[in-house]
Amino acid sequence: MNRIDAKRRNVVDHRKKQFADPVFKETQYPHRLNFYSEPPTADITLEQFEQWAIDRLRVLAELEACSFRNKTPAETATHMKPLLDKYLPLDSTSSHSSQLHAQRQKDHYSHFILRLAFASTEDLRRRFTRVETMLFRLRFQADDSRERAAFVRTLNLDWEPVSEEEKRELAQQLGATLAAGFGGKRGGPGVMDEDWCKVDWTRVPDLVESRKVYLRGGMAYVPGREQQSMVLNAFTKRLEEALELTSRALPNLDEDDRLTPILNHLSKNFIAPDSGYTSAGSSAIEGAEISARNIDNLSQHFPLCMSNVHRTLRRDGKLKHFGRLQYTLFLKGIGLSLEEALIFWRTGFRAVSDDTFNKEYRYNVRHCYGDVGGDSNRRSGGSSPFGCQKILTEHAPGPGEAHGCPYRHFTIDNLTTLLRATGVTDPAVLKGVKEDTEAQRYHIACNRVFEHLHKTELKRAKDEGIMTAAQLETIVHPNEYFKRSYLLKHLDAAPKRERDVKMEAVVSFAGS
Amino acid sequence: MPPSDPPPAESDGNHAAAIPMDEDGPAVATSSSPADEDTVMVEASEAQGAVGAASPSAKPPSPKTAEEDDIGVEIKQESKGDVKLEELFDDMDSDDDEFITSNNPANGQEPAAEGPNKDAAFELLRIYYQSFFPWRYMFQWLNHSPVPTNDFKHREFSLWLHNDAVMRYQSYKTSDLFRRDVLRLMPRRIEIGPVYTADPRDRKTFRNSTAFQPLAKELCFDIDLTEYDDVRTCCSGTKICHKCWKFTTMAIKVLDAALREDFGFHHILWVFSGRRGIHAWVCDKKARSLSDNQRKAITSYFDIMSGGKQGGKRVNLRRPLHPHLARSIDILKSHFQHDVLETQDPWQAPDKAEVLLQQIPDTELREALRKKWDASPGRSSAAKWADIDTLAQTQASSSLDPRDLRDAKQDVLLELTYPRLDAAVSQKLNHLLKSPFVVHPGTGQVCVPIDHRDLEAFDPFAVPTLQGLIAEMDAWAEKHGSEAAGSQDVKHLQDWEKTSLKPYIEYFRSFVTTLMKDERDVGIKREREEDGEVPIKVESLDF
Repeated sequence: MNRIDAKRRNVVDHRKKQFADPVFKETQYPHRLNFYSEPPTADITLEQFEQWAIDRLRVLAELEACSFRNKTPAETATHMKPLLDKYLPLDSTSSHSSQLHAQRQKDHYSHFILRLAFASTEDLRRRFTRVETMLFRLRFQADDSRERAAFVRTLNLDWEPVSEEEKRELAQQLGATLAAGFGGKRGGPGVMDEDWCKVDWTRVPDLVESRKVYLRGGMAYVPGREQQSMVLNAFTKRLEEALELTSRALPNLDEDDRLTPILNHLSKNFIAPDSGYTSAGSSAIEGAEISARNIDNLSQHFPLCMSNVHRTLRRDGKLKHFGRLQYTLFLKGIGLSLEEALIFWRTGFRAVSDDTFNKEYRYNVRHCYGDVGGDSNRRSGGSSPFGCQKILTEHAPGPGEAHGCPYRHFTIDNLTTLLRATGVTDPAVLKGVKEDTEAQRYHIACNRVFEHLHKTELKRAKDEGIMTAAQLETIVHPNEYFKRSYLLKHLDAAPKRERDVKMEAVVSFAGS
Repeated sequence: MPPSDPPPAESDGNHAAAIPMDEDGPAVATSSSPADEDTVMVEASEAQGAVGAASPSAKPPSPKTAEEDDIGVEIKQESKGDVKLEELFDDMDSDDDEFITSNNPANGQEPAAEGPNKDAAFELLRIYYQSFFPWRYMFQWLNHSPVPTNDFKHREFSLWLHNDAVMRYQSYKTSDLFRRDVLRLMPRRIEIGPVYTADPRDRKTFRNSTAFQPLAKELCFDIDLTEYDDVRTCCSGTKICHKCWKFTTMAIKVLDAALREDFGFHHILWVFSGRRGIHAWVCDKKARSLSDNQRKAITSYFDIMSGGKQGGKRVNLRRPLHPHLARSIDILKSHFQHDVLETQDPWQAPDKAEVLLQQIPDTELREALRKKWDASPGRSSAAKWADIDTLAQTQASSSLDPRDLRDAKQDVLLELTYPRLDAAVSQKLNHLLKSPFVVHPGTGQVCVPIDHRDLEAFDPFAVPTLQGLIAEMDAWAEKHGSEAAGSQDVKHLQDWEKTSLKPYIEYFRSFVTTLMKDERDVGIKREREEDGEVPIKVESLDF
């Protein structure tokens, strides 16, 4: 047979080509949710291109802000609802809205535009994945359960249902898993009512991590309600891979003078709160003496997480790895130079010989400053100082470790003792802190203490209009805490107009 | 790059910088060990020569010793030369070598001072690597097949030399090349890293970093008794005794059960780390190819501690317990009573007892206990533990929920006995870990495997030492020397078979054999599947 493949026929006759259907097909959106596996192919105007991207960015930025403020999922959902309705509405299929296609198309396209904008660096990619997953989760939870099930079926996540028989056999273990993992009552909710499925445990590492599944012989028994986590995992994973590919394709856009400026503008507006402190110079405070011997003096301006590390260092003459890491980066962020940092750590590790210090600690300090290490580490000047988000969520301190966030990782008794030791004795404040930490609002607790310690200065600053509203926002970075604290305590010495890059960026999002 | 997810290069650096913390102290101690020990070493090697003379058929003595002396000098120069070469090359762009460079000035003066001592240490090590180290089984273990595969060829080894330099990214095409290089460099420690996508020695020839990535490594665990310092009363720091060794026994039981039953792994090798801890190597194919993320998930699955000392009560588990934890408690219960309460007596001191009291969920009961214990100082921990229940029953406080008390008691039990892992070792694919059968430089003990089926029988103080092995071999030669000369059977005996290392190597051999058998079976299955496809292909050609 001499038939030409249906797909190739268009290409064969170039004269016919201009009249042929576009290779690009109009995309159908059968589901409200989208895994974004097919890139968009239809044409849109430049205005749409920009507008859609900005709308999505607003939503994402607000979502991220919610996570920084430690809002619960429920709070986030309520907070986001008006924004989503305004900028990125998505109706369910059953609503039969006339806008259905337009909405889904916008969602689809804006996602892919932002992929282009945020694929360039590792840092942006990671943040984009994180917030996109948050958005997806939000929608997934809000979705009609039947439509959601239909959507999940299309994903081909092969999992095997657990038979009634097996369920009965393992009832006890499954029941314990259910109750242990989800805080159910004793006796537990009905094991038999739940739809269990079996997957290889490597498919659900996060459920294994938090012991929310029962494991037997390498298979994880996942309760139905945790399907969400598996779907989300798959979403994140596919997005990560896709972004990686996008980043490699990006150089092809270099020639384009229409899209590139828009994309650059978009990604610049999405500056991470923590990346405001990448280079020591930009955040150094004028007139402050930032040197090894002055750290003790400066430590009065440190947030609790750092002053706790500092105290531990002074008390023990040593510090464990993550404490050193967290503290070194913080000190770098406040403007301590590498030379001074080495002096600081050398003198701080009292009990250690020069030889041991040089051998075991010196390298890590230099690494933090990007003085040694792989090419990328040196070029980027070492790691950025940790933000609250990172300190709160990563590497909970183990035995004998002093890093982490005291508001989160201390018991309330120890926290109170520590606060008293740092001069916070007002019972009203301590009570407030207790309530905040119980509600897991660690930022609020920290900011409450900050406001208490700088009561008079804040009032003055506000009265005299020295600080902009942006500078009085919730603190979400230890370095921000230090900077603000220092400036407030030196109101007279400080230059009148301190620019605050980071906060402005965040506000420009929330406000615009 | 984000600090949370360090690039391989960075973790290399950190690793190199961090490792010496645990064992470098001891290592330095050996290299400058007291003079009397030196003489012992020298005597041993002389005796070795003498033995050789007694049984000429086994080993022609005179040429060998002469040769050895020559090589000894030669090797020393060579190895130094090597390091310098490494520095020259690597200073340019790699951080792990930076570590070497920055160290060398500090160590530069040492070798001259400890020259003769070092020779003796070298000599002992040479004998060890020549006669005792199970090269063949090590190769089979890492290679999973009789002919060299990429599992072995692309595997990173790192050799720790006597001048504190670390040669990373060494790799060997065959077991024999590996052996030869080790004998040439005489490392005091060998570490095993991951299998890479390409030969680690070629890592710098790739333009993009994606071409050189870690692919697979055994899932490893590291338990160190120093982590138990707040519960063991018998020893602290690097010291151990039979009493506190029990903590590792408990840890192995709990982890072994979970790894087998929950995760379905079969090939788990437990290894004595040479001084005060144990390592685990989970060698199943599935375990070897786990990603960092999955490794982290396993580590967290095992982790029940939350918060540091300031965190107060460190174990706070939801009830009912996850099946893994319920099983762990079953395993640990008897140990807790006997090996902790009776042997360690952890709440003897009033301040320690106070810590226990803080974990009692009810104030009334807490006060009653405090009064009772204050009245009889020196009350044993076992008695105190029993008091909790007795008082709870007799002075039944109105507010106390007996289930809360039981839960709190379980939490205490777990805090004291549950395995405390060094998480960093397990989480990263490219983390290196000391190889089995290496000699610990501080104690001279061989890092021998531990049979998980007979944990109680393992005695960390009975583990063969380097000096001990050589003495054993001499003793054996003395005993069998005269008759051995003509006998055929004896000739075939390997040196390790004449010593107390024998059971350990035999255990390792059987472990490796089952592992290889499993890998091969998978291979056969795959071949069959492929065979099955062939006819179809033929058919399709017919059309």
